[in-house]
Amino acid sequence: MTAPDLTESSARKALLRLEGILNKIFGNDLNPLYYLGALGFCFFWVLVVSGVYLYGFYRTGIELSYPSVEYITNEQWYLGGVMRSLHRYAADALVVVMVLHLLREFILGRYRGARWFSWVTGIPLIWLIYTSGINGYWMPWDKLAQYATVATMEWLDWLPIFSGPLSQSFISQEVLNDRFFSLISFSHATIPLFVLFFLWIHILRISYPVVNPRRKLVVGVLLAMLVLALVKPALSQGPADMGIEPRNIGIDWFYLFIYPLLDVWSAGQVWALVIGISLLLGVLPWLPSRFKQIPVAEVNLKYCSGCGFCVADCPYEAVVMKPRSDGMHFTEEAVVVPDRCVSCGICAGSCPSSTPFRSEANYVSGIEMPSLPISGLRAAMMNDLAKLTGDARVMVFGCDNAADIGKLRSAGVAVMSLPCTAMLPPSFIEYALREHQVDGVFITGCRESDCYHRMGGLWTEQRLAAKREPRLRGRTEHGRIRQFWASSADFRGLTQELESFRATLRDQAE
Amino acid sequence: MVKPLQYISQGLFYALFMGVIGYFSTLPPYTHLQPDETLIKLSFRHAGEIAGACRERTPEEMAKLPVYQRKGGTKVCPRGRSDVIVELELDGKQLYHEILRPTGLAHSSNSNIYRRIPVKAGVHTLKGRLSDRSDGVFNYTHEETITLAAGRIMVIDFKAATGGFIFRNKNVTLGQ
Repeated sequence: MTAPDLTESSARKALLRLEGILNKIFGNDLNPLYYLGALGFCFFWVLVVSGVYLYGFYRTGIELSYPSVEYITNEQWYLGGVMRSLHRYAADALVVVMVLHLLREFILGRYRGARWFSWVTGIPLIWLIYTSGINGYWMPWDKLAQYATVATMEWLDWLPIFSGPLSQSFISQEVLNDRFFSLISFSHATIPLFVLFFLWIHILRISYPVVNPRRKLVVGVLLAMLVLALVKPALSQGPADMGIEPRNIGIDWFYLFIYPLLDVWSAGQVWALVIGISLLLGVLPWLPSRFKQIPVAEVNLKYCSGCGFCVADCPYEAVVMKPRSDGMHFTEEAVVVPDRCVSCGICAGSCPSSTPFRSEANYVSGIEMPSLPISGLRAAMMNDLAKLTGDARVMVFGCDNAADIGKLRSAGVAVMSLPCTAMLPPSFIEYALREHQVDGVFITGCRESDCYHRMGGLWTEQRLAAKREPRLRGRTEHGRIRQFWASSADFRGLTQELESFRATLRDQAE
Repeated sequence: MVKPLQYISQGLFYALFMGVIGYFSTLPPYTHLQPDETLIKLSFRHAGEIAGACRERTPEEMAKLPVYQRKGGTKVCPRGRSDVIVELELDGKQLYHEILRPTGLAHSSNSNIYRRIPVKAGVHTLKGRLSDRSDGVFNYTHEETITLAAGRIMVIDFKAATGGFIFRNKNVTLGQ
């Protein structure tokens, strides 16, 4: 199975606990930790809008930049000043959600296997966002800008790629050139274009990427940021003077934390640190771990009708439709892109030929996981169901990445854990209820809005509500089915819900 | 969780999130230079003397040269330049010493230096010495009594054409 390598680490437990608290506060559909990437996009757009406005008033030049920013901040405080503050705080918030996003994906083990692509393409994004942010701090040409500029040049000078020290261009007011301000102004407009480009690359191999957080969350965040902008507006720290060293500076620790380090370590050591961290992040997906991915999905053309359900359901664009190659009368066939497949099995759950109502013992589905064939799952389920005794007999379907349902097994409860709950074809539920006369089917998996494989919980809900193919047939008794989403941190709640379900089934039987 | 409590908790969460952002966007302040310190920045580009002596080519050597190269005359000099050695002394104690290699693949270009040197503020005697000769003898020297005010930047430049070291001390200009 595709268990993450840090399944029960204390960091994961702590994260799940924190997310559980936020689920209570916001509800699963608004939990900010489930929208860290999307919030990053949101802050990026705030930066674009506020930045375009500020650009309209910004002047490039040694004597022009500082007064133009002061004009925006003070004369136009009601709009320009607010825009400047929103620009500053959105930039900071972007770093916060970016770091949290990275940490969360790391803790949950969502960076290995086919997910390496999104992980690795996130690294240049970090560099670009930091470059753009530090570049932005030069623009007001106040004392902070002076400090950040000179420190950056001193840091860059360590690299043996320049013909002479860059710092010499900032040694005094006299040698400073107006073109520097044109350059930083241009780069502050250009680098975000590269950020946008890499954001596109970053989500390229993801189906249905969530690039917009829920509207309520956006409203909440923007309102909070607006309040902060009014309560603590972003201000300059006095005009830069190359003859006076900025001594006591209010630095933005989100972006400029590296500069104090330059006063303690050598420039080479700080370069070694940032390049070392980048390289470590870059190789992380391939470092040895307990992570084992089961063999990727395979298409069995004989049973593939080219319906495209698997393509629609794959969360990683790992299944594509191509012209039919076997001469059958269907126009297209499904083709798996192995490098993108995370072995979640969602495609197998979406295939109409995965129905257990087929007569052959070792039937083959149009697309399935070679190590977990659908006919094998049916056999295993039948075997388990045959052993059930007592009343309120329940078949539990769960997910390897959520609560451990193996502990729920009892005389009246059979369990089947899948790589993802959405690997379960809805027809299995009907099959268990109708053919094997179990009293109920209990479906569980990762917390709502937090599927380890991204879309599994949502697809399962939609299939069961007959809103998505393959649908659970209308004649199935929905009163005998219960869904409950639970992570490993919610096991107690899961047990209680299962008992409550069984009690309901007993009541129904009476 | 009941709705009103949920809304209050959400408000607190947003306040905490923005509080963290608002705080760390400028605080805690960073003391880049101690209150009693000032900064000397040593910064210049200077090409050392040609390393080695020039010589006359022999007639045989001239004959071997392509015709267009003979127009340059018979004199041939090495491309490489000497290291530039720079030293600073503050109140008789060595403050800085560096041997600057010429840049360029053939070590034929400028020797560059940029260094920031924090020192205690006050009145000091500052002496600069520089050698651009292959024998390492200091052929440029400059000494001045300077007043360094806290937080100010004094730039030490070097231009051979104007006689060598230039101490640009804004402290003096401002009368501080």
